[in-house]
Amino acid sequence: MKQAQFEARYQPLWSRLDEQLKQLESFRFRHRAELPADLPQLYRQLCNHYALSQSRRYSPQLVEALHHLVLRGHQQLYRRRGAWLWRFLSFISCDFPRSLRLNRGYFAVALVLFLLPALLAGGYCLHDDSFIYSLMSEAEVTKMEQMYRPDTARLGRTLERSADSDFAMFGFYIYNNIGIGFRTFAMGILAGVGTVLTLFYNGLVIGGVAGYLTGLGYSETFWPFVSGHSSLELTAIVISGAAGLMVGRGVLCPGRYRRLDAIKRQAGRAVPLIMGAGLMLLAAAFIEAFWSASQMPNVVKYTVSAILWFSMIVYFVYAGRGTSGTR
Amino acid sequence: MSVNSLTPLTDTLSEHETPEGIRLELRLAGPIVRACAWSIDMLIRVILYGLVAAVFAFWGGIGTSLMLILFFLIEWFYPLLFELYNGASPGKKAMGLRVIHDNGTPITFASSFIRNLLRTADFLPFLYATGLLSMLMNRKFQRLGDLAAGTVVIYHDNKPERIQLPEVERRRPPVDLSVDEQRELIRFAERCPQLSRDRQIELATLLGSVTAKRGVAAVEELLGYAAWLTRGDR
Repeated sequence: MKQAQFEARYQPLWSRLDEQLKQLESFRFRHRAELPADLPQLYRQLCNHYALSQSRRYSPQLVEALHHLVLRGHQQLYRRRGAWLWRFLSFISCDFPRSLRLNRGYFAVALVLFLLPALLAGGYCLHDDSFIYSLMSEAEVTKMEQMYRPDTARLGRTLERSADSDFAMFGFYIYNNIGIGFRTFAMGILAGVGTVLTLFYNGLVIGGVAGYLTGLGYSETFWPFVSGHSSLELTAIVISGAAGLMVGRGVLCPGRYRRLDAIKRQAGRAVPLIMGAGLMLLAAAFIEAFWSASQMPNVVKYTVSAILWFSMIVYFVYAGRGTSGTR
Repeated sequence: MSVNSLTPLTDTLSEHETPEGIRLELRLAGPIVRACAWSIDMLIRVILYGLVAAVFAFWGGIGTSLMLILFFLIEWFYPLLFELYNGASPGKKAMGLRVIHDNGTPITFASSFIRNLLRTADFLPFLYATGLLSMLMNRKFQRLGDLAAGTVVIYHDNKPERIQLPEVERRRPPVDLSVDEQRELIRFAERCPQLSRDRQIELATLLGSVTAKRGVAAVEELLGYAAWLTRGDR
C-alpha cells in the first residue's frame, strides 16, 4: 500500500485516538477514572500501524508522528488511576505492617545497630558523666541540661512553654525528625554504609543523653517527657534504617539478579517501610509537641506511653493478616 | 544508504519494546540540560523559601510552625508533587524534559518518592557529584535515585509538524530502489521546504547519474520520484 492511501485510510482512527488522549491528558484531577471503552483497541491498532509504517519505510515524518501518538497512548493506557484515599487507608491498615513483617530480618539488624550503641553509650554515661562530651559539644550538653532540669518551667524546651511554642516545636519536629528518617533511608544506596553510620550515631547520641541525664538525677523530668513519643519515634527511625539496609543489600548482594535490577527491586520493596516511617514520625511529632511537654502527672504520661507501645506492637504483629493466609 | 540499518548509531535514544511488540524510542536527557533544569527549580525554591519566611515570620508560634512545615514540604515534596501532576518539575518543564519509567510508562508515586528521597545521596559530597558520576557511568544518564526507582529523564517532544510534500508531476524512478533508498528520497522531499534553493540543487545534483538532469530540473525530478513513491501513479 502506498503511503498516501495508508494515511487516508487510517487518519480518522488516529484523529479519534488523538481526541481521546487529549481528553485524558487534560485536567487530571477532575475527570472520571474510566478509560474510553475502545481506547485499548484503538491503541493496539495504532501500534500495528506504527510497526507497518516502519517496516515499509514510510516517510520519517509519518513514522515520527505515529511514534509520538504511540508514546502518548502508552502513557495513558498504563497509568494507574484514582482511588487515592482507599489506597492510603489500605496502606495503613494492611500494606505497611505486612511489609514490615515480611522484612523483619532487616528490622532486626537495624534494631541491633541502633540499640547496641544506645545501651553501651547509655550505660557508660550513667557512670561517667564526662563521656557525654565525647559525643556532643559542650553547648549542646548545656542545652540538654536546661531542657530537663527538674525546676524548669519549660520541660523539653529551650523556649517558654505556651500554645505558641507547642506549635513552633510541632513544625520543628516535622522538619527535623522526618528529615532524619528520610536521610537514614537515602544513605542506604551508598552500599548501606550511610544507613549503618546514621543508625549507629543516632543510637550513641540518644543513649548517651538518656544515660547522662539519668545519671544527673533528672529522671523525673526526662523519662516522662520522652516516653510518650518514644514508641513511634524510635521505632520509625529503626524502620527507616531497615528500609535503607534493604537498598544497601541490593547494592552489596544482588543474589540472582543483576545488580541494577536488585537495587530497583529492593528499593521498590522498601517504599512502604519508609512511607510508613514518615507517617509514624509525623504522629510522633504531634505527640511530642502537644502531649509530651504538657503538665500531666507522670503516672498519666507513663500509662499513655505504655498504651502506645502496646498498641503499636499489636498493630505491627496483627494488622493486615488475612484469612487467606496472608502474613 | 544502508549504513543506518547496519551499524547502530551512537545516540541518546533508549529503546524499549512494549507488550504490543513495538519499540518505543525515548530521547534521554544528559547532565547539562538536567543541571539547567535543576538550577531553575532551585531558583524557584529559594524564592518560595523567601516568601514563606517573609509571610510567616510575624505570626508567632503558629507562623513558625507553618513555616517549618512548609520548608519541610518544599525540601522533600516539591519535585514529587509536580512529577505526579504532570511528569516534570517546573524547571524540567521549562527545559522540555519529563520523568518517566524506563519502560515508557508514566511515573508513579512510589518511584517518584524513591528518586526524590535519594537526592540526598546523589547530592553528596557536594552539588550532585555522586549523581553526576552515576549518570556518566551508565547508558541511560540515571543518577542513583533514578537507578533505584527505574526512571529516566527524557525530552518531551512536542507534536511533530507534518509537512505536505510539494505537488509535482509524479515520475517513476528509472531504477529499482531498495526500501532504505526509497525512504531517503522521501526524506529529501520532506526536508526540501527547509533547505535553500541552492542547497536543494546541490543535493539533487549528487544523484545526477540516476536522474540524468542538473540544476532545478534534477530537484523537480527527485520530488517527482518521491511523489510517485508515496502516492502511486494515479
